[in-house]
Parts: sequence; C-alpha cells; structure tokens
Amino acid sequence: MLLIRQTLVVLLVFTVLTGLAYPLVVTGIAQLAFPHQANGSLIVKDGRVVGSELIGQSFTDPKFFWSRPSATTVTSGSAALAYNAENSAGSNLGPTNPALADNVKKQIAALRAADPTSTGPVPADLATASASGLDPEISPAAAEFQVARVAKARGLSEERVRQLVAAHTKPRDLGLLGEPRVNVLELNLALDAASR
Amino acid sequence: MPNIDILQIVVFIAVLLLLVKPLGSYMARVFEGKPCGLDRVLGPLERLIYRLAGVKADGEMSWQRYAVALLSFSLAGFAALYLLMRLQKFLPGNPAGLDNVAPDLSFNTAVSFLTNTNWQAYAGETTMKYATQMLGLTVQNFLSAATGIAVAVALVRGFTRRTSQTIGNFWVDLTRTTLYVLLPLALVIAVILMSQGVVQTVGPYAHTTLVQATQDGDGKAVTEQTIALGPVASQEAIKELGTNGGGFFNTNSAHPFENPTPLSNFLEILAILLIPASLCYMFGKMVGDTRQGWAILTAMMVLFVALLAVCAWAEQQGTPQMAALGVDQKASVTQPGGNMEGKEVRFGIAGSVLFATATTGTSCGAVNSMHDSFTPLGGLVPMWLMQLGEVVFGGVGSGLYGMLIFAIVAVFIAGLMVGRTPEYLGKKIEIFEMKMASLVVLVPVLLVLIGTAVAVVTTAGQAGANNPGAHGFSEILYAYSSTANNNGSAFAGINCNTPFYNITTALVMLCGRFLFKIPVLAIAGALAARKLTPVSPGTLRTHGPLFVILLVSVVLVVGALSFIPALALGPIAEHLMMIGH
Repeated sequence: MLLIRQTLVVLLVFTVLTGLAYPLVVTGIAQLAFPHQANGSLIVKDGRVVGSELIGQSFTDPKFFWSRPSATTVTSGSAALAYNAENSAGSNLGPTNPALADNVKKQIAALRAADPTSTGPVPADLATASASGLDPEISPAAAEFQVARVAKARGLSEERVRQLVAAHTKPRDLGLLGEPRVNVLELNLALDAASR
Repeated sequence: MPNIDILQIVVFIAVLLLLVKPLGSYMARVFEGKPCGLDRVLGPLERLIYRLAGVKADGEMSWQRYAVALLSFSLAGFAALYLLMRLQKFLPGNPAGLDNVAPDLSFNTAVSFLTNTNWQAYAGETTMKYATQMLGLTVQNFLSAATGIAVAVALVRGFTRRTSQTIGNFWVDLTRTTLYVLLPLALVIAVILMSQGVVQTVGPYAHTTLVQATQDGDGKAVTEQTIALGPVASQEAIKELGTNGGGFFNTNSAHPFENPTPLSNFLEILAILLIPASLCYMFGKMVGDTRQGWAILTAMMVLFVALLAVCAWAEQQGTPQMAALGVDQKASVTQPGGNMEGKEVRFGIAGSVLFATATTGTSCGAVNSMHDSFTPLGGLVPMWLMQLGEVVFGGVGSGLYGMLIFAIVAVFIAGLMVGRTPEYLGKKIEIFEMKMASLVVLVPVLLVLIGTAVAVVTTAGQAGANNPGAHGFSEILYAYSSTANNNGSAFAGINCNTPFYNITTALVMLCGRFLFKIPVLAIAGALAARKLTPVSPGTLRTHGPLFVILLVSVVLVVGALSFIPALALGPIAEHLMMIGH
C-alpha cells in the first residue's frame, strides 16, 4: 500500500511540477522577455504577416532568389507541398537511391532553364533538400549562383543585387560557429522594396 | 574539412571538459545528501514531497526494493501517458483540433518516452496536442532521465559501501535529481534557446500570406502558410539535457523553431553531453579517487573523437553520384559543400556531424540532420555508436553504468590473462557479477539482431523500408539498434507507424531498458554487500593509460564481433556499390 501511495503521489507532484509549472513559467518568461522570438519571429509588412524569419518559403519565379528544395507534403494526404510549415520533413532518401539523383537532376534542370547562362557546377545546398524542409537559408555561393538571373529578371544591375545579398548575409555566429548564410525570404522582401 | 570547422569541434570539446568538474562535484554533493546551495530554496519543497508521499528521507533500500520502486513508478508513468494520448481529444488545450492517438501508436509512444528512448513513430505537430506534449511527454522526459541517473548513483554506491545491505532510496534519488539537477539546468537552457528564436507559446498556429503563391502536387493553389507553434523551448531543453531526444516537431532539432542558430546548435549538443560526461567526474568524486572518473571519461572521449572524425570525413567527401550530376561539393568560404541532402545550411557539415555523433553516442536520439541521407560510412558511425551499447558518454545515468559494466568485463579479462581474481575499486568481481554483466552486454545485441532478422524475413517488416537495396536493410538495422539501446533516432525514411513496427519496437525498447537496469541494480547490491579488498602490488591500476586502452578495446571488440556481419550487409555493401558506380 505504501508503495502505491509513494508511486502515485510522486508521479502526480512531478507531473504538476515538470508538466505544468515548468512549461508555464518558461512561457511566462518567454512572453515577457522574448515575445518576438517566442511567437515565431514573424515578419509583419504593412500590417500583414508575410512570413517568419526562421521559416523558409517556396520561390520559383526567376525574379526571386530560390530557397533550397523541400521534401514536405500537404498536411493530410501525400501530395507534395514545398515549405509546408505545419508538416516538417526531410526526403530521407539514401545516397545511392535513384530517386535522390532524379530530384537533384530536376532541380539543376530548373535552375538552368531559368537562366541558360548558369552552366557552372551547382552549390551542394542549392541542389539538395534540407533536413526540415523549411530551411530559411542558402549559402552565399548558392545566392551568387542566382545573382545574374535575378538581376536580369528585375532590370537591376548585378552590382545592386550583390549589395543586397551582402547586406543579408549573416557571418558565422561569434565568428566561429555554423556557416555563413543568406536568409532567402528577407532578401526577397528587400529586393521587392528595392525594385519598387 | 576546413580548419575553421575543426576549430569549432575543438572549442566544443574544450568547453565541455571545462564544465565537467563543476557539475560533477555539484552532483556528488546532491547525491551524498550534502548541502548543494539550491537546497536552501527548494529544501522545503523536497521535504513536502516526502511528507505527502510517505517517504522517509533516510529510509535505505535493498537492491530488490529499489528495483521494485523503480518498476512501480515506471508502470504508473506508462499508464498515465497511454491514457493521456488515448483521450487527448476530450482534454482542454488543443488549438490544432487533433484527434486521439491510435492504440498501437499510443502503446509505442508511451513505452518509448518511459524508457528514455523517445523513438517517434508520429509527427509531433500533426499528432500530439499541447496538453499531451506538456503533461505527458515533457514529464516523462524529466522522470525517465531522473530514473537513469538514480540507477547510476545506486551502482556507484555499490562501489563506495562496504558490507552494506542497501544502495540508497529510489524516491530520494529521483526527487533530488529532478529538483536540484534537471529542473534548474533545463530552465537556464530553455531561456537561452528562446533568445535564439525557439518558440514558446500556448497560442494557436500562425498564418501568413506567402510572398509568392504556389501550388501543391495536385495542382491546388496555395497562398497561405500555416506555421506550427507550441511550448517548444521548455521541452527542447529537457529533451537534450535528459538525453531523451523526442522532438516537438517531426524533424526534431533540424526544425528552425527547435534549433534556429549555430549558437543554439552548440548549446543543444553541449546539453546532450553535459550530464553524461559530468557523471564520470561525480563517480570519481564519490569513490574517493577522481582519477578513476577521468579514466572512464578518457575512454569515452577516445571513442567519440575517433568516430566523429570518420563521420566528418565521410560527409565532407560527398558522393560520386552528386559530382556526376554537376553538383559542387567542395567546401569553400562561401559554402559548406559535402553531402548536404538532409542537412541545414546554418549547421553545415561540422555542426551536423557533431550533433549526429553526440546524439547517438549518448542515448539522446534527437537529430539536426537526416541520418537516413548520410553517406554509407557517415551513416555507419551513428549506427555503430548505438550498437556499442550507448557508452560513448551514453544516456544520463545509463552511459555511466553501461561503461562501468564494460569496466567490470575489462578487469575480468585482465584477471584471466594474469591468473588473478579480478577486482575493481577494491571490490572482488565474482561469478554473480560476471553473469549479470554478461547479461547486460548481450541483451541489447540479441535484441538488435533478432529484431532485425524478424523484420527482414516478414512482409510487414520489409514493407517499412523506404529506400531500395542495402540502404533499406540499413534502415531496419538502424531502427532496432536505436530502440534496443534506447536511443530513439532513426533512419527516418522507414515507415514505422504500422502495428508491426509499433509493437515489435516497443517490446525491444522495454527489454532493452529493464533487462539492462535490473541486472545493474543486482550488481550494485552484490558489490555493496562485499568488503573492501586491500590494494596489493598485483592489483590492476584502473586509472592509468593501460586500463583506458583495455577498456576501449573491450568496447570495440564486443561491438565489432557482434555487428560487423550485419553492418557488412548494410552500410558497407552500400559504400562499395557507391564507389564502384
């Protein structure tokens, strides 16, 4: 009997403590100290939410920088839907799976079709799907690969587009950690503002 | 690999080693019942819990009573979690309107979180509502971790006590771990993660208008993006710290809301290794010779660095298939290069392989990249780290007791070589301990191999494989390696939310957890009852380089003998096919 009491009381107390008090205290701190981050780092333009700094969107128009390929699907069902932020997913295709080679071929073909002058090798991150399917960023090399196409489609000079890319390139954290990277959504919003 | 990436890894290891001593000493004080600082604030709460539960703080338990308390607590935790998932529709706090969870999936998930595995056959954002994530999954993240640490502390007491019939009090160990170690650390980590962009809200999912409208695979126009949110930071912190690994979202720590920046990535990897590494120091401190703790930690670090190097090399190398398609895989100052399928740009290769090695060397199982898309040899590393028995730092608690069992096996083998009765830390190792140690070493091996064998010869098992050929076999082998060793990561392409996989992996997880823990407690009890053997000139010194080499060799030999045939059919075969392409 004592064992049952000990079991149930300890479980109940810790359920309240770790399952209710702890997350709610953290939520309280979040909403007071980091309201922007805690609610999804949303970007608001002209009073409308146009995305999140941390969640990528799909771009296929030549006048935009393209995000990386995404393996996400619709929320219920199996149809592809790139950058579905309600259903994160990677492709999980193995390195020798022919389906992976097909996906990469398709992406490279689309990039070359949108800009026939881009004949060089494609940066690895721009050719492959990310782990989350929501990767908001591309490498500076992947951005450079697209500069000529975007400049041409918008009638801007390549110099001007490069300046915008540079302004939206984040260095490694603390100069050491991670990789330098370019936020695609923020860059495209800045391009829209610049071409207006 | 570029020098700056090597530097990232060196800095990481240095920071980890700097934290081992302070946290290890602190935990030693917590478990020796000494004042630790926080008890001034939380002491009244601790005593209140004991009073409500009818626990005597100085009521010592034999190993059998300790085991019974542990099993009783685990069973109750399982029942509560199972019911919560089966009934989630009827409870408040369900802004996404999610349905009850299916019976086989609920069974699998309850076992999975209870056993500190956190194997996830479901996608969090589309299956589990906030209340389930908080009251069910977060709670078990704390409690399964605390249970693991309790068993490790009990085993350490087996070495420190002489002619004693008891090994401590389960309820006290559980309570002190949770209140003084896990909760405060989790709170600090959660706050830092939020500053980086990890979300924490109980509000509904966000909706945004897309900058460029798109369409889905069926040709339906899509102009909006629904962004899943939730109380993520609080779960994220304990998920890493307790080496649980169960993500809030489907893609776990690869999801930008779970792991938004390289800095958050650094912190999460640190959180994964922090307690397992510090427990080694705590062990040394409690047995009265910190060199013993450093020897265990050195053995772990040797294995970690060696396997990390293999993984990093393989992933940075990329694949000949990609090169043939016109992909630039060479690292430069403007791109990570390498095999980027299933990896995030912000982490690159270094941040991904460091996470992969840490999460599988420990029993964490969180992922920030898709191991299924790793190169064959890059994917072999995480798989083998699990198969080694989760002792390269290992799970919180389970890593230390797993490695101490290997240490017992190592002194036994050394004893056989020179013809002396083996002893470790002044305790003679006799027949009973060796029987139990063999059980602990062999049970996970058998579970992995039998589970995989059953899956590959049945239609239901074969149906799970998502990739053709050798890689499909690797997916299945990985699944049973992960569940038997309570890791929880996956070659995630495998379609495991089926009755076959839900039930077989749940059974494997249960056996892997409890057929491991109970023999360990039995060893603790047997050792505690034994008297101390005085050190003689013939005693094997267990704190020098010789012992470290011996220990590393035993771990590697057991892992290699058990798994090389299976690995040859999976990743090794795939590697040969890849380079012969």
